[in-house]
Amino acid sequence: MNVIKELIEYRQMIHSLVKRDLRGRYKGSVLGFFWTFLNPLLQLVVYSIVFSTIMRVDVDKYYLFLFVALIPWIFFSTSLTGGSSCIIAQKDMIKKIYFPREVIPVSFVTSCFVNMLLCFIVVFAVMILSGNGINPAALCCLPVIMIIEYILALGIAMLSSAVTVYFRDLEHILGIISMAWMYLTPVMYTPDMVPEKFRFVMKINPMWHVITAYRDILYYGRIPNVTTLMLAFVSGVVIVVISFLAFSIMKRHFAEEM
Amino acid sequence: MPINKNNDEDIVISVKNVTKKFKIYFDKSSNLKEKILFRNRNRYSERNVLNGISFDVKKGEAIGLIGQNGCGKSTMLKMLTRIMYPNSGTISVKGRISSIIELGAGFHPDMSGRENIYINASILGLSKKEIDGRIQEIIDFSELHEFIDNPVRTYSSGMYTRLAFSIAVNVDADILLIDEILAVGDASFQSKCFNKMMEIKAAGTTIVLVSHSLGDIEKVCNKAIWIKNGLIAMSGTPREVIPHYLDWIMAKDSEPQNALNAAENENIKAADHPEKNEAPNDQPPPENNNITGNGDIEIVDYQMINISTGDTVPRFNISDSVKIRMEYKRNNPQIKEAMASMIIFRNDGLICYTTNSLIDTKSYFDIYEHGVIEFTLGPIQLLQGNYTMDISLSEDYGPVYYQITKAFVFEVFNTSSDYGVFRPNCSWTEAEL
Repeated sequence: MNVIKELIEYRQMIHSLVKRDLRGRYKGSVLGFFWTFLNPLLQLVVYSIVFSTIMRVDVDKYYLFLFVALIPWIFFSTSLTGGSSCIIAQKDMIKKIYFPREVIPVSFVTSCFVNMLLCFIVVFAVMILSGNGINPAALCCLPVIMIIEYILALGIAMLSSAVTVYFRDLEHILGIISMAWMYLTPVMYTPDMVPEKFRFVMKINPMWHVITAYRDILYYGRIPNVTTLMLAFVSGVVIVVISFLAFSIMKRHFAEEM
Repeated sequence: MPINKNNDEDIVISVKNVTKKFKIYFDKSSNLKEKILFRNRNRYSERNVLNGISFDVKKGEAIGLIGQNGCGKSTMLKMLTRIMYPNSGTISVKGRISSIIELGAGFHPDMSGRENIYINASILGLSKKEIDGRIQEIIDFSELHEFIDNPVRTYSSGMYTRLAFSIAVNVDADILLIDEILAVGDASFQSKCFNKMMEIKAAGTTIVLVSHSLGDIEKVCNKAIWIKNGLIAMSGTPREVIPHYLDWIMAKDSEPQNALNAAENENIKAADHPEKNEAPNDQPPPENNNITGNGDIEIVDYQMINISTGDTVPRFNISDSVKIRMEYKRNNPQIKEAMASMIIFRNDGLICYTTNSLIDTKSYFDIYEHGVIEFTLGPIQLLQGNYTMDISLSEDYGPVYYQITKAFVFEVFNTSSDYGVFRPNCSWTEAEL
């Protein structure tokens, strides 16, 4: 609990680091901040072409179906893979200055989160252009699922960032894990494409529920299943608590291990 | 209130029996393959840096940690800030700590000075409101008004450290930990930093300072702790501790059992100046790049002798007298007389002193087939530092017969903290008028 108190004291640092990250990310590139929007849009184009023209997935407005899940997934997978190196990247600061070490993964995930929020401007634009209609009641659930995903991503990033300090291979292993995880989550396909007997096992994956909820709200325009939300929330909280505890043990030797 | 209790409450830093060891990996295996293959191998050695340190710091005190390189001073400081944790023992600290261990950590080169102030100050734990309140003070202190909105990457390294230092000292902390950073910027900024330090101290901030500048320790601190081999060798006022520390360093460097060390030093020196021959050695230097002149007279042997000890170790106390001996051979029998001269340089190139036999004796020296010329500097009176001396024999101010550049490389020690080039034996009196 002390950690929470300290994190609140250092909120300005989190704020500064998020700002530094967002502003610094595309410094020097010609299109600058526009890349934040362009990147997911280009990914959308690639996936849409592959899945609706080549693989012929039979889903109405597949591009929208994909897009509302892809943006939240990119947030999660960036937190997972990028998060693993975020502590090592701040080596200089860790070795020289005291601050609660949790600040770094928290800022990293927050900056990815803000990035996702900005991308949602594009998501809404695409939704409106598609003429798929928006359900305001369902939309009220959107912040809830966003917060749940944030908690989940934070937990995963804390864990992977701390373990990577001691075990550098994790950074590379996570690239593969993240890819596998994407295919185990219904980002590009509908849950009922999964054979019945596997579906139960795949629901252990908390991201299954998160992505399903996003799609319910934004694509189907319906209020997500409360059980889905609860499952995602509980697993998120469990992961984040475990991660904070593990992090607080591992952080003591960060300065020596780097 | 009982005095005892009062004392307890005054203690803001309490260090009890702290030990710290580091694992020195020979070749760190942090990837999977090596971890599995070599998991049973202890491919590291442990180095005990601190072996049980205890001390208390009271509120408002300024403590200086001194000791040789690698003695654990900085490690102690890092543990006080909680960058590292001790292996055993406890450290308790009351109040907000600000540490100036590394300047400018977390600066983003593409952002302006102003934005970096916000980032850096927030890393030191300030809230936005607090930063807003003192940003003007920070900018004023850094003297970077016209550059403050330029990206930091356009700054010179001096401007960079000035900005970083200004931020660090303007964080109001209860305890300020400083590691070797008073030497930033030019002389005027340094004195400004120093004054700021004294101001902070006067305001009642507790200070822990790690420095090799014993002068700074003496000026800032009211207590010095000397750490040796991971233990506290001595603690007390700087005036008590520093002389013992210096004596130990000097003794250690000239100890016979440290011959290995000394030999190493000699080797390094020899590698630096392979042509120079400063050891008590009768062999004249055969080939010498530092030698110029027409060679009509040749200096075949030269020595710098410490009169107090009689040896030729090139380390002197400020009050030691030094004798220089030049043995020469005449190659050209036409030469009947000559002038001897010497120049002392400090290692930054400053000419400290130069004179010649003509100035000092008003006459030329007679030159024999084989002879010796000696002169004495006594006491040497140069302040602490590294010096070199050139010697030469020449005809008047005309042709040089033989000149040896950097004939001697020597070091002077000084246990007092006066500053400058030399000590003109200043003495003070006072009286009421």
